[in-house]
Order: sequence, then structure tokens, then C-alpha cells
Amino acid sequence: MTSVPTYAASSSKRQPKAMTDPVAGASPFFRRLATAPGMATLGSLIAVVILWELTARIFAIPSYLLPTPSSVIQSFSSIGYDRWFVHVWATLRVAMIGYALSIVIAIPLAILMLRSPFLSRTLYPLLVVVQSTPVVAVAPIIIVSLGAGDAPRVVITCLITFFPLVVSTATGLAATPPELIELSRSLRAPAWREITQIRLPFAVPYIFSALKISITLAVIGAVVAEFCASEAGVGYFIQFSTSMFRLPQAWAGLIVLAAMSLALFQLVLFAQKSLFPWSLPKKD
Amino acid sequence: MASPAIRFDRLGQVFDTRSGRTEALRDVSFEVARHEFVAILGPSGCGKSTLLRLIAGLLRPTSGSVEVFGLRVGEPRDDIGIVFQKPTLLPWATVEDNVDFPARHKRGRVSPEERERAAALLRMVGLEGFAKRLPDELSGGMQQRVGIARALLMDPDILLMDEPFSALDALTREVMGFDLLRIFAERPKTVVFITHSVSEAALLADRVLVMTGRPGSVLTDVVVPVGRPRGPETANEKAIHDLSAYLRSFLLQKAA
Repeated sequence: MTSVPTYAASSSKRQPKAMTDPVAGASPFFRRLATAPGMATLGSLIAVVILWELTARIFAIPSYLLPTPSSVIQSFSSIGYDRWFVHVWATLRVAMIGYALSIVIAIPLAILMLRSPFLSRTLYPLLVVVQSTPVVAVAPIIIVSLGAGDAPRVVITCLITFFPLVVSTATGLAATPPELIELSRSLRAPAWREITQIRLPFAVPYIFSALKISITLAVIGAVVAEFCASEAGVGYFIQFSTSMFRLPQAWAGLIVLAAMSLALFQLVLFAQKSLFPWSLPKKD
Repeated sequence: MASPAIRFDRLGQVFDTRSGRTEALRDVSFEVARHEFVAILGPSGCGKSTLLRLIAGLLRPTSGSVEVFGLRVGEPRDDIGIVFQKPTLLPWATVEDNVDFPARHKRGRVSPEERERAAALLRMVGLEGFAKRLPDELSGGMQQRVGIARALLMDPDILLMDEPFSALDALTREVMGFDLLRIFAERPKTVVFITHSVSEAALLADRVLVMTGRPGSVLTDVVVPVGRPRGPETANEKAIHDLSAYLRSFLLQKAA
């Protein structure tokens, strides 16, 4: 069986690389384009859209059941940039304010819960109750209680984004290696420095997992609030469009929402990559 | 005569756990002289790490007392350096920032002298040129060297080492042992070194304390009959071999 390894070794040497390369012969530019990461995803996405367009046309599916991609694209431009901007800004504003407020409350609260077992014991069940109550059911009640304006929408967004942030941050703060806490105690360092120099940095990966979950939840929260009562926002726009049976328009709104969520998610990921590169999972 | 660096007097330690009371240590008495290197040898779970935490003041004894330089240990003391089993470095900080972390953590800033000392310590542990690297880019042995340099930053009188080489591969472990002998020769310290490697204890220490399992107590106290300086050739000396054999048979006999 000694011939096998020699054969394998010599064959890999003899075989020209171009023969196994599917885009051999193409210009370097196209070759790089075709092998770029994400090209497979984009390709399959385009294929689905084409298939969808053909199916809708061949079987003459009415647009209020399933609009063709071309009609959805058309409705993008027929709405006009200024109207899109108003709706996107309304949703984005509520989502971002709610998200920011949630972070500002959740992280200090997680620190307090770490410092005080009493607070942790009393607050944690309360948080679970709030989290277990469907936000969609609470939203109309909050709208009635807090009235018109951004306030109730921000509160709804806060409610939905809060829980993952508190729980993850608290877990991260407690997941610090006990040796480093002993080191801190043996140095007789001030307690707050144990938080800022050891516990919080160690919690960064946990906080960012929660930030990534919460950013998409923030968009959901804003849309839920718009469904209940509002006169602007992408959620409102979708509801308004469906009530008028303008399905291509509703689909266009849906795509804008998805794109918005995706872009915000990428933004959080980018922030983690550029600010805390060490906190990303290791690639082997 | 000056008081010993560390003195345990009829020390007992009991932990209240969810499953009841656990007696970790019973009637432990021993002394460690200044600049003496003492290895504590024993099976897992015999309360060896508890001894270190008592010396560091991270734990209060249930009964008896621990004295460091003649004073009863009541609270954490900062004249003690600790090297843990795992390097436990800060993954976001460079090697030099990890070494001067104790200063930054204690006072919020690092003085130029401390920065200089950190650089000197890195040279001493053989990590010159790695100052700007992150811990992740280092091997396990190199990370533990950073841990040793960090423990020495405040120039402590006492160095506590809790199975510092047990997470390393056999070869690295030996090299680290010889390096520790060199560092100890350069900068004498009072060292309490916990291990469950018989040969490591015999090679490194001036004295070896053998402990029994739960509740932990000191079984025997053996002086290593080999002088200093020691080096790789010391490992081949008959006295070290004989002592290792004796300690090993002693441990096996007790375990049976």
C-alpha cells in the first residue's frame, strides 16, 4: 500500500490548478466577484425573485393575494422619497430612543443586581413577569395610559428590549473568572474598579449578544406600537396599505422594515468588531 | 530570632455548604521561613488552595490562626503575589497591560517605575518583545509566564502559587520549573507552591509538606537535601530521585 500516498502526492502536484477551478479562464475581476462571500446567497435570492415573478404571471395570481416582485419594486418609486423618509424616520426614531433608554437602564440595573442579592431576588421575578406578558397585548393599554406621541411607543420598545439586556449583562458580570475577583480583593482595590476594570469588560461578549437580539426586537416594538395608534411609521404604512388592499405597497414596506432591521443589526456587529475585536468568538 | 514569614497555628477550616458542613482543614500547623520555598503536595480536594487563600487573607479561619510576618491575617494583604492554576489574564489587554494591571487596578494609574519594572519582569520571564501582544496570541506556557510577571509586579515578599504549571504540557512544565528556579535565584521570595507532582515538588522546593485528603492536615514535613543554585542537572541527582521515590510511596501508602 506504499504506492497510494506517492500517487496522491504526485497527482496533486501534476494536476493543474485551473482544471478544478470552476471560474477558470474568466478575467480576474469576474473570478473574484464569483467567488466573493455572499455571492451564493445573492444568486439564490435573485433566482427566487425570478421564479416568484414567473409564477405570479403564469398563473395570473391577483395582486392582493401575491403581488409580483416587479409591482412591489414599482410601488417603491411611486411612494416617493419624502414619504418613505417620514415613515422610516418615525419608526427608526422610536426604535432607537427605546433601545438607547433600555441600555441606559438595563446595564446599571444589572450592576445593582450583582451588588445586592436582595435587589436581585426581588427584581428578577418581576422582570420574568413583564417578559412573559405578550407585548402585543400590553401595547394598547400603554397607548391609552400614556396618550399620543412618542412616549408610549418608546415605552413599548423599552419593554420588549429590556429583558435580554438585563439578564445577559447580569450573567456576564457574574461569569468573570473568580481568580480575578480574588486578585482584585487581594489588591484591596476599590469595589467600583472591580466593576469597571474586570467585570464589565468580561461581560462585553454577553452584552453584545443581548444588544444584537435587542436591536431587532426594538424594531418589532416600534412596529407593534405603530399598529396600535400612530399616524406615521413603516408599521403604520403597512397597516394602512393592507386596509386599502394595496398589497404591493405593503410588501414594499415589509422589505424596508427587514432592510432596516438588518442594517441596524450589522451596525451593532460593526460596533463590536471595531470597538471590542477580542470579544468576538474565536475562529479556528 | 525573627518571626517566620508564614505561620499556621492549629488552624481549622469548616465550610457551610448546601449539602452540609465540610471540614476542609483540621489542626494544620507549620511555619515557612523568609525566602524559603515550600511545596505543598497532596491529592485533589485536600484543602491546599484553601491554605493559600488563608495566607492571602481572602478567607477567615474557622479556628486557629494564620500569621504573616508575625501579624495575624485579618484582611486581604497586598504584599502577597498570587499565581493561579490558569493564567486568567485580561483578554482585551496587551501583555504589558496585564503585567502592570495590579498597579492600575489598585490605584487607577501606573507609575513610570512600575512600567519599567513590568518591562524588566517581562525580560526576566523571557517575554521580551511580546509586550504589545494580546494573551490569545501566546501559548499556554507564555500566558502563565505573564501571570508570574503580574504576581511579581508589586514586588511582594510572599509568592503564592496554586498548581501554576498543572495546565501545561509535560515538556513546557519542566522548562517552566527550571525558569522558576532561575527567577527564584535572581529574586529570592518566600514561596508557597502547591502541586500534585512529586518530582516538581522535590526539584523546586527547600521543604515539602505532604497533606492528606479531607479533612486536610499535614502528614509529613520533609527537607529537600539539595542545595542551591539548582538547574536542569539537579533533576538527575540521586538525592532528588530518592526523595521523589520516598514521597511517592508515602502518598500511595496513604491513598490506599
